[in-house]
Amino acid sequence: MPPLLEVEGLSKSFSGVPALIEGKFRLEAGTVHALCGGNGAGKSTFLKIVMGIHDRDSGTIRRNGHEVTFSNPSEALKNGIAIVEQELSPVPAMTVAENIYMGREPLRSLGRIDFATLNRQTQDLLDGFGFAIRATDLMMDLTVAQTQLVEIAKALSYDAEVIILDEPTSALGEAEAEHLFDAIATLKTRGKGLIYVSHRLSEIFSITDHYTVFRDGRFIQDGTTADISKEQLIQLIVGRPLNEEFVKENTPGKRVVLQVEGLRAQRGVHDLSFELREGEILGLFGLMGAGRTEVLDRLFGLSTETGGSILLNGQEARIKRPSDAIAAGIAYVTEDRKQTGLVLSSTVRDNLCLSSLGQLSRLGVMRARQEAAGAAGMIAELKIKAASDALEVANLSGGNQQKVVLGKWFMIAPKILLLDEPTRGVDVGAKREIYRVISDFARAGGAVIMVSSESDEILGMADRVIVLKDGVKAGELARDQLSAEELLHLAA
Amino acid sequence: MQKTTITPPQWSAGMFVQRYGIFLALLLLCLVLALISENFLTTRNILNVLRQTSINGILAIGMTFVILTRGIDLSVGSVAALAGVVAASLATTSSAGMVAGGPYPAVIAILAGLAAGMACGSVSGAIVARFGVPAFVVTLGMLSAARGLTLIYAGGRPIPNLTEEFRWIGTGSIWGIPVPIFLLLGTFAIAHFVLTQTRFGRHVYAVGGNPHAAKVSGLPLRRIRFSVYVISGALAGLAGMVLAARTGSGLPQAGIAYELDAIAAVVIGGTSLAGGVGRVTGTLIGALLIGVMNNGLDLLGVESYYQQVIKGILIVAAVMLDQSKNKQD
Repeated sequence: MPPLLEVEGLSKSFSGVPALIEGKFRLEAGTVHALCGGNGAGKSTFLKIVMGIHDRDSGTIRRNGHEVTFSNPSEALKNGIAIVEQELSPVPAMTVAENIYMGREPLRSLGRIDFATLNRQTQDLLDGFGFAIRATDLMMDLTVAQTQLVEIAKALSYDAEVIILDEPTSALGEAEAEHLFDAIATLKTRGKGLIYVSHRLSEIFSITDHYTVFRDGRFIQDGTTADISKEQLIQLIVGRPLNEEFVKENTPGKRVVLQVEGLRAQRGVHDLSFELREGEILGLFGLMGAGRTEVLDRLFGLSTETGGSILLNGQEARIKRPSDAIAAGIAYVTEDRKQTGLVLSSTVRDNLCLSSLGQLSRLGVMRARQEAAGAAGMIAELKIKAASDALEVANLSGGNQQKVVLGKWFMIAPKILLLDEPTRGVDVGAKREIYRVISDFARAGGAVIMVSSESDEILGMADRVIVLKDGVKAGELARDQLSAEELLHLAA
Repeated sequence: MQKTTITPPQWSAGMFVQRYGIFLALLLLCLVLALISENFLTTRNILNVLRQTSINGILAIGMTFVILTRGIDLSVGSVAALAGVVAASLATTSSAGMVAGGPYPAVIAILAGLAAGMACGSVSGAIVARFGVPAFVVTLGMLSAARGLTLIYAGGRPIPNLTEEFRWIGTGSIWGIPVPIFLLLGTFAIAHFVLTQTRFGRHVYAVGGNPHAAKVSGLPLRRIRFSVYVISGALAGLAGMVLAARTGSGLPQAGIAYELDAIAAVVIGGTSLAGGVGRVTGTLIGALLIGVMNNGLDLLGVESYYQQVIKGILIVAAVMLDQSKNKQD
């Protein structure tokens, strides 16, 4: 039987700059195939050509052995190729059924929508694949994982045989991701082919059958996932050997810099007490909705004070708004850099300087030279890859954008760094550089609280971990007691 | 999705046109008008255009601050009228509408007019910033309320016979150049400095570009939002007084629909209604473009009805150009 999808010699340049050179890919029915590569490896160009968003300069695409060319995504869809994007775009106020069959609702006379049929048809579809979602629920009431499943169901409703999942777990906790993986397993048994794009290596090894690696726009290697080790895969992706995935060279000190007693937040946090020492990286682990982000928001003055005390260096601190936290030397790298971390329409320099405009100005007038020097310092220190600091930050890759957010906070010379999912959507190479930065900060005496959904990351970086469950502390583990099983056991 | 290598955009004729399109359009329009009308490129006519542009230009500069924060100020025409009659009541020599003890020195009248404008801006700004009511709604309310207050204050009648001293800001000239032109260029210079060189300017762009990120970065969101409406109110006041000084009386009906030309100048000048992107230089050129176009069509004897149609096309075309630029990125 010919493969579901076979791509050979696919090349594409943008205004003379090659983005993909001789791309090659082969997807068999009933398999999950990982598409791996750092940012700029050519993965997205490849997918966009397959989906008919970009045209190609050369190369062939064969679907079930027949050569095809799509000029837009709906043609690809008609030929059974669907993509579930990283950034989901549901209509929140509509039901699951309305979202799935948008634009092709079953109709009655006078153009009225036949809701009975619509809902039944949707429910059959969802049940058929074992997705525990009601067709009549509003999208806004669903969790992120459920929304993800709805998007997949939408692809299936077109009878797609090739389903592309682009970073599907980037917004999911581990337990939620499990639901997704169950669904993927079901799809496999139905003979579907899945292309799985993820920066999370552990997922690649647990759910995929084959892998293809792209680097710098070129096909590098493909093979069976079971035949390759994690280290080998990283090396293929990065192009050079990486001895360790994580960098951890700090040692926690004795002095307590932050003490939290009976902390409450309006929602999510009930009664939480803990200490943070200088030079320490404290991991905060928990499932989605366990209150991890809420703890950080509260410490940073983003949610209203509702009880509990915060002591900084033994002194009671009132943190009512972010400027109070910043004045106290607390920095906060939020979960979603595009929503709350960066001003995408502004330049790299303006973003880097955003939290330290006070120090960089005199009597309200900006001191251009200090600004430029400060930004240049951060660009060098964090190895931010940007041709110029006058470039709009929107043009940077995910990893570099994240470094800009970190740089913005290092400009205030913080004592305490709050990190919420610091490496989400960041490729393996940039991830390691971010770990290096975090480690250096802690080694120099800084204190870090790091929230992460990836247990690997917690295991690799944290000196101590607090596991949260429903807004309370479910357990606390020292580094030598840490294991993925123990973390999940406490969190679930 | 993502790219690693960041190459600076390569120069191309298309990009040049997009980047400086408004300026080129202005030059082109001037060139065409100079060729077909011998009256266009005379000193007198040029000064005339600039003077006619000054009121809209001043309003549009204030509007730029507001739009940069994702807001809008629909009330500038009414606020201008209010400031005009308040100043006129202090600067009139006729008993009708005069404040007891008048006429006062022009400085007093001007300060009172500015205060009236800033007061309106403060009310709008406070409601937008503190209660998060959409700016469109708040300033729509102010559009009506300020007009009503103007009519109440002036008793529904014009306040005529303003002192020569006060009228100087509208009709006077320095070295043969009308005072309103100096006021426009002065406002422009200060606004440009504030937006490009000061901390407050950075705040304005950040709040408009991404209010959530601005908040997390510790910026005083409310104060910034409040301030831009006060600035817009003050500049509306200034524009209203120049208008009153030019016409020689405080007209309660003055400035109707002026907000539309002001918004048009900002939008034609490339400032995004989505906030965070734009320059006051663009606004100035946008205002000039509208002014030159009106003037040119006048010189060519085109009816004012047609002028409105052409202006409408220009506004939409300018934004289309802007969006095609964004799509390319």
